[in-house]
Amino acid sequence: MAKLAIREERCKSCGICIEFCPENCLEIGDKLNAQGYRCVRLADPDACRACGICGRMCPDVVIEVWK
Amino acid sequence: MAKTFEKGNVAIAKAAVAAGCKYYFGYPITPQSDIPEYLSGVLPSVGGQFVQAESEVASINMLLGAGATGKRAMTSSSSPGISLKQEGISYMAGSEVPGVIVNVQRSGPGLGGIAPSQGDYFQATRGGGHGDYRIFVLAPSSVQEMYDLTVLAFDLADQYRMPAMVLADAMLGMMKEPLDEWVPEPKAFDKGDWALGGASGRPGRRVKSLFLGDGELAEHNWRLAEKYREIREKAVRVDVQVPDGCELAVVAFGSAARIAKSAVDRANDEGRRVGLIRPITLWPFPTAEIREVAERGVPLLAVELNTGQMVEDVRLSSEGRSPVTFAGWPPGYLPSPDDVYGEIARRLAGGEKVA
Amino acid sequence: MKAVFTRPESLTDKPFHFCPGCHHGVIHRLVAEAIDHYGVREKTIGAASVGCSVFLYDYFDIDVVESPHGRAPAVATGIKRANPDRFVLLYQGDGDLAAIGTAEIIHAANRGENLTVVFVNNTVYGMTGGQMAPTTLLGQPTTTSPYGREFGQDGYPIKMTEMLAQLEGVGYAARVAVDTPARLAKARKAVFQAFETQVEEKGMGFVEILATCPTNWGLPPLEAVKRVETEMIPYFPLGVYKERKGKDFL
Repeated sequence: MAKLAIREERCKSCGICIEFCPENCLEIGDKLNAQGYRCVRLADPDACRACGICGRMCPDVVIEVWK
Repeated sequence: MAKTFEKGNVAIAKAAVAAGCKYYFGYPITPQSDIPEYLSGVLPSVGGQFVQAESEVASINMLLGAGATGKRAMTSSSSPGISLKQEGISYMAGSEVPGVIVNVQRSGPGLGGIAPSQGDYFQATRGGGHGDYRIFVLAPSSVQEMYDLTVLAFDLADQYRMPAMVLADAMLGMMKEPLDEWVPEPKAFDKGDWALGGASGRPGRRVKSLFLGDGELAEHNWRLAEKYREIREKAVRVDVQVPDGCELAVVAFGSAARIAKSAVDRANDEGRRVGLIRPITLWPFPTAEIREVAERGVPLLAVELNTGQMVEDVRLSSEGRSPVTFAGWPPGYLPSPDDVYGEIARRLAGGEKVA
Repeated sequence: MKAVFTRPESLTDKPFHFCPGCHHGVIHRLVAEAIDHYGVREKTIGAASVGCSVFLYDYFDIDVVESPHGRAPAVATGIKRANPDRFVLLYQGDGDLAAIGTAEIIHAANRGENLTVVFVNNTVYGMTGGQMAPTTLLGQPTTTSPYGREFGQDGYPIKMTEMLAQLEGVGYAARVAVDTPARLAKARKAVFQAFETQVEEKGMGFVEILATCPTNWGLPPLEAVKRVETEMIPYFPLGVYKERKGKDFL
């Protein structure tokens, strides 16, 4: 069971986490944050193995990962 | 302690050690190299560090680093090298880091020469770096004062958290005189609320001069201005020897004041009444003390080893209350007491119009 | 639940001001992880540089002194010489370290100052608006090389790690990148090694990190990330250029 904590207000929609997610379980959502960026969201929670790559690649430390 | 017979530069170096300075950063340049030469031998034996930097730019920034941790440190140089240090001096003033800078002036502009000069008065007292700041400028006029004012510079720098400069020249640096190497009482300056040493048991803290927030920088500048106002009120040092009835008062600092003193003495020996005002702090400048003399109607004669720098401050201090004239000698010729006496005599004879 | 990846303790909670896709954020985090790993947060004094990285004092919960442009290695020398038991950290960009501060970094390195230097090379002046840096690649257009950098006019991109690795005073010198998960893992190791070099007093620990500057490159974040591999790494080869095993100074 993986848990991603996404601090949406910090996301800048750069897409780096999505690009490097080995399971392709992230996507840019429709929701805009206060900075005006569309935030990343976990689109396929079942596919996530909590590898942590998204968190490590994110330049803004938006995502924390537990399992 | 018995007196020693010491060179001015060495007196400065010895004073730094006596004042508890353990860290020196510098770069060789004539005519101040006795200072790094002496300290490179002594500092390691008192648990200190001597670093011969790659440049004056680097050495002033090493001083910024050591000073930011609350440690007593100093750098020294001579005119062209002091020009290079201005960047760091501005940063030290802006981030309120104490530190002592010695300028054993040679002559300029440019590479100039190595003869004594007072050509850096403007640079020292106006702040040669960018921004709205001041630094202490202390002007010794004897080997003993090279020692005494260096000790004082460390205290003032710590007390007010700002750079303090000892402004000497090649003559004072290279000459020998008897020296009383008194040992100053160690003064405790509490640096616990600002000095850096690692954020142990407290949040990280900054020593910085960048203020980008709305109104932050104006506030910072006004706070500095308030500090400078307080210093002008409390920290002026000047030797005023202008008895009642003086027909003229000479204003001179540093080595020019030594020469002027002999000329003034000769005039008084000859029955004239001539006074001498010797600013010891060039910043803060003894404005009130000079104005007091001007208010008595005593004409003022500024004597400098340049073509006229401090005379501007003398005029501002006089505020037109008495005439101010100037006699100066740019580098290459060191005036004798007779030269200065000649200038005094001309004014007493009414031969010099107000400049 | 077990933490797989969480925010390092030494980072403050302040959101980074960096542009989307800028690698400064990743590199800040690696540095914070190293501070945590070596347990030096409470004894670290940072010497901040000038450029986009100047605000590191807002992001790291450590003591920091701000340095004039390029002078951080001199400021850090003053700190370390007066406080040899403190951990002293530098974080400099390419304009700061490889242009205006070339003398300071070379001589701090040559003196073997026990300092840790994180050098971020993104081939451009970021904060001032995308001007040509000493590391700007040949052909790369910038706001001051509008036709692309040309060697006859501007010289060649400078390779700092190779230069510094030649100096006896350097204990560790490596060039890494953070554009892929595999390279990020190596970069993390290198940053840690640069820390360890100081901890073990083996001289300067220097790590150059190739980084993106999407805004000033005029590229979307993901294309900027790809440029690191296609254009930067071929000219700036990755690897460990120097690793002193013992205190084997000459």
